[in-house]
Amino acid sequence: MRRLGRWFLEGVAGLVLAYLFLPIFVIVLYSFNKPAGKFNFVWKAFSFDAWRDPFHYEALVDAMKLSLRVAALSTAVATVFGTLIALALTRYRFRGSGAVNLLLVLPLTTPEVVLGSSLLSLFLDLNARTGFATIVIAHIMFSVSYVALTVRARIRGFDWTLEEAAMDLGATPFRVFWKVTLPIIAPGIAAAAMLAFALSLDDFIITLFNAGNRITYPLYVYGARRAAFPPQINVLATAILLLSLLALGATVLWQQRTLRQRGMAITPLA
Amino acid sequence: MAGTAAGGSRRSRLAPYLLVAPGILWLLVFFVAPIITLAQTSVAVPDGPWWNGFQRALGNYGTHFFRSFRYALGATLIALALGYPLAYVIAFRAGKFKNLLLGLVVLPFFTTFLVRTFAWKTILNDGGPAVWLLQQVHLLGAGGRLLDTTVAVVGGLTYNFLPFMILPIYVSLEKIDRRLVEAAEDLYSTPIGAFRKVVLPLSLPGVFAGSLLTFIPAAGDFINAQLLGSPNQQMIGTVIQNQFLEVRDYPLAASLSFVLMAIITIGVLAYARVLGTEELA
Repeated sequence: MRRLGRWFLEGVAGLVLAYLFLPIFVIVLYSFNKPAGKFNFVWKAFSFDAWRDPFHYEALVDAMKLSLRVAALSTAVATVFGTLIALALTRYRFRGSGAVNLLLVLPLTTPEVVLGSSLLSLFLDLNARTGFATIVIAHIMFSVSYVALTVRARIRGFDWTLEEAAMDLGATPFRVFWKVTLPIIAPGIAAAAMLAFALSLDDFIITLFNAGNRITYPLYVYGARRAAFPPQINVLATAILLLSLLALGATVLWQQRTLRQRGMAITPLA
Repeated sequence: MAGTAAGGSRRSRLAPYLLVAPGILWLLVFFVAPIITLAQTSVAVPDGPWWNGFQRALGNYGTHFFRSFRYALGATLIALALGYPLAYVIAFRAGKFKNLLLGLVVLPFFTTFLVRTFAWKTILNDGGPAVWLLQQVHLLGAGGRLLDTTVAVVGGLTYNFLPFMILPIYVSLEKIDRRLVEAAEDLYSTPIGAFRKVVLPLSLPGVFAGSLLTFIPAAGDFINAQLLGSPNQQMIGTVIQNQFLEVRDYPLAASLSFVLMAIITIGVLAYARVLGTEELA
């Protein structure tokens, strides 16, 4: 009876994992399709054509480049801002920390369509033209919370007396930060930056409101439903997936190494 | 973490404020100020009373609001039913494969949201594999469809926000002291009894956070309804997007957006009271 329950539970878990991967399987499979018409929605024949010529559509490549530039810039800024907030929240007790916490959580409990449309209202009100700058502004806005909460969760259990020890041994505050604090919090920051980058690369709804006439990769895909949906879209999606897999694997290994060195037991993904 | 800040010098009292300043200022200018502008825009009616936008938002689009919340609720309940067992297995049964499994849960979401939803369109298409399979087992008639149905839209919403359900539940399960479960079993509790009396109550903060993080984006989403549904399944997000970007009736558009935010905020607060927890994220 007990074993039956266990098998049932693990069976359900397995099916849920399969459900999570079903569309991913389709995305990868259809990157090898040779569609009959302009739309890569029906299986026709196996081919390497799209992989051999992934940059065939200039507009798609431009959209991808724009997305990568936006993601790089917004991740860099949001990672700094978010990490500083996380440090303040874990290191100090201060008046207003509750308000800071609330302000971090609120963007996560507000639907994207509200975030995007309210930001557009502001830009309209200021007569600001929407374009590259407004996309980056929007992406920094929604990434800061994710970075701050991720970094805070990772550095909560850290033994801060190490810093005091370094200072007692005569290190300057700058040197303490550079030699002690940063190496310890670095894996958490790296995980947060990866998350911010992935969120930026993926964002559609908020970007749609604030992109003006600029077209990011998700916006290109959205437009593609009308004109043409080439398999190159799937090729790029698969490439992003593979790169994420590499980055994810590398950070997990790096974290485990750092944690082992410091004798800390924290699960890398949480 | 008290007492870790060195001494009580003026510099260290100022330090936290300097650290939070850039990020918090950004959020004040590009998150809080826009919400205020949204409220102003919603009542800036060129001719007519200030509530004109709200009147039209609730009068003409009540069905869209209602439908969005119904779909989001459906997706949240299904995600809970699917996500809890997986989170449980990862937390209690996975052993050394724990991190691998967590990675597998997150990995699909590194492909673009839109491309994923298009993949569902391929799967659910007329003449596609899912329709064929359901017809073979006679769950679907000869001319039956999946695409352009409520099932497709709610299924898409469930899929796209499932990790937001799984991860918080996993985190709260992971925190549970295993000895509590053993103690319950030592005291002759059945496995189901131990789960009901020990594990489930302790995992409620995760269920709370997970269901909010699933429900909120699902209620505001319009991509699943647009790509997988017909005009009969359109959600409030589509209306807001259309009013803001195509029709440009700003008082109405802002009213719609504001009402959506207000309903969700009130709902979140009520839910937090019922569950008696303030833990989130």
